Order: sequence, then structure tokens, then C-alpha cells
Amino acid sequence: MEHNIYIYILVTFIVTYLIRTLPLTLIRKPIKSRFIRSFLFYVPYVTLAVMTFPAIVNATDSMWSGIAALLIGILVAWFNGNLFIVASSACLTVFILELFL
Amino acid sequence: MSGKRGSDYISGLKMGIPIGIGYLAVSFSLGITAKNAGLTGFQAALTSLLLNASAGEYAAFALIAANAGYFETALMELIANARYFLMSCALSQKLSDKAGLLHRMIIGVAVTDEMFGVSMSRLDKISPFFYFGMMSLSMPCWSLGTYLGVVVGNVLPENVVSALSVGLYGMFLASIIPPARKNKIILAIVAVSMLMSLVCSLLPLLSQLSEGVRTIILTVVIAGAAAILFPVKEEEDGA
Repeated sequence: MEHNIYIYILVTFIVTYLIRTLPLTLIRKPIKSRFIRSFLFYVPYVTLAVMTFPAIVNATDSMWSGIAALLIGILVAWFNGNLFIVASSACLTVFILELFL
Repeated sequence: MSGKRGSDYISGLKMGIPIGIGYLAVSFSLGITAKNAGLTGFQAALTSLLLNASAGEYAAFALIAANAGYFETALMELIANARYFLMSCALSQKLSDKAGLLHRMIIGVAVTDEMFGVSMSRLDKISPFFYFGMMSLSMPCWSLGTYLGVVVGNVLPENVVSALSVGLYGMFLASIIPPARKNKIILAIVAVSMLMSLVCSLLPLLSQLSEGVRTIILTVVIAGAAAILFPVKEEEDGA
């Protein structure tokens, strides 16, 4: 059976939109439960940390430039939290290292 | 637009600049995948505009290429994007009281890793207009990058693509490291999360799961354990 690309796009859009919008619209009041509030407080740190490592090491052409980008990124973020500066330093690290590797 | 809304929107726009630049690079490579799956530039750009999800779109293009069934596609999309469910739960608590139903329905189009990270790293609750500011720069970049990936393909040199590919991870680090410096519990949680993520990517059975599924399992387990061991005090969760 031949499928229509626009129906694929519609199906994936509906699923993705509902996943994001249901919690946003249904949970309107501050949550009372201390456990759930604590859980949601920790969610971003865990999720972003898990997504960063080890994925960053596999994202680059050379594993070593990925590891270097991770370390430089952590170091720069530690002393200067600016989003753009941290992201650029990680990119520059990879670019410069891969000129030599 | 009142002054407050306007200034919220402008500060959102400013945060959207680095996100948009990162998105241009990442979505460019996504566009190359879309092209290989047989999509036109318009179809790929439309997918990006509606989905705003890297892993979810990779999954979608792979399924289209494989001529998969619609139900299977819906199920895979649910798995690939389920982490946004947790993010949206957290974001629902971070939005200011001013955020009405319509505002929340618009934000729901683009709860992404990066915009979520930026929102959660703000000290106070965020205005929906701050989020709209980020969306109005980052979404066109994401869509445009995908389009360019399809139509101009492999013009960027390989080493530039490789360097740009770590930009988004740099943004994640900028969201989690500064709070970790101030709070020892968060520091420990970030370290444990990275360690367990590495272990799960190497273990025979767990490594077969998709990255999306592993992210959900680890988030529920680690954030759940942390919530039991270190429940937050009233004043530090911003709720």
C-alpha cells in the first residue's frame, strides 16, 4: 500500500502535539504534593544530563573532540553560564581539535 | 501589546538567537535525512514547523522511508517524543498565572529540549510572551535549516557540520551546570545521571532501547529517587 506523506506528517504532528499540550493545559494549578513537586524540580537536570552524555561523544567525527567539547563546555558553563558562549566554546573546541586529529 | 508583555517578548527573542543558530545547524543535517527519505523541501520544512523535535523527526523520516503503517508511525512517534510529556508537566508549573488556555496551546507546538532548558533556568516564573519570543526566532530557523538541508544538501564542509553538532549539547550544559554549581544536590544528580546514562548505553539489553526510551526510564528513576531522598523545600522549587 502506498502511503501519503502529508498523512504521515499529520499523524506525527497530532501525536507530538498532544504529548506536549495535554500536561500544559490540564495541569493549571500549582501541584500540592511535595513528592511530585520535588520530582518535577529534578526532571530537567536529569533529562538534560542524560541527553548530553554520552551522546556528545558520539556526535562528532572523532570521539576525543567530543570528550574535549564536553569538558570545555562544563568548565565554561561553571564560570560563565551564558548560553551562547558555552555553545560556541564547545563548537570551537571541536573545530580546532579536528584540524589536528 | 503592553510594556511588560513587550519586554518579556524581547527577552525571549534574545534567548532565541543562540537557540536559532544551533537549530539551523542541527536541522540542516535533519534535512539531508528527509531528502534521503524522499521528502521535498516543502514537506520537510512543514514537518519541522509542526513537530519541532529532532529525534521524533528522524524517526518520522525513517518510517516514511520504510513505507511504515500509520498506526506504527503514531506509536513510534509516541515513544520517541514521550520525554516531552515530563517536560511539559514541569513547564506547566513554571508558567506564570497569566498563561491562559490559548497561550498554553500555542506553547504546546514547541516544547523542545532547548527552550525547555532555557525556561527552567530562569529564576522566576516565565511569561507566555517570553516563550513566544523564543519560538518566533527558533521555529523559523529550525524549519529553514531543514529546508536548506533538502535543497542544498552537502555544501557545508564535514568538519563544520561536526563542530556545529555539539552546539546543542553546549546549550544543555549551560542550563544544568550553573545551578549545579550553586546546589550540591543538583551537582550530584547531574553526575549520577551522566554516569547512569553511560552505563545504560553500554549494557547489552538496555543499549538496544532507543535513546528516547532510555531518557524516560532514567528520568523517572533518578528524579523519583532524588524526590524521595531530597524533597525540595517550599521556597526553592519556585512553585
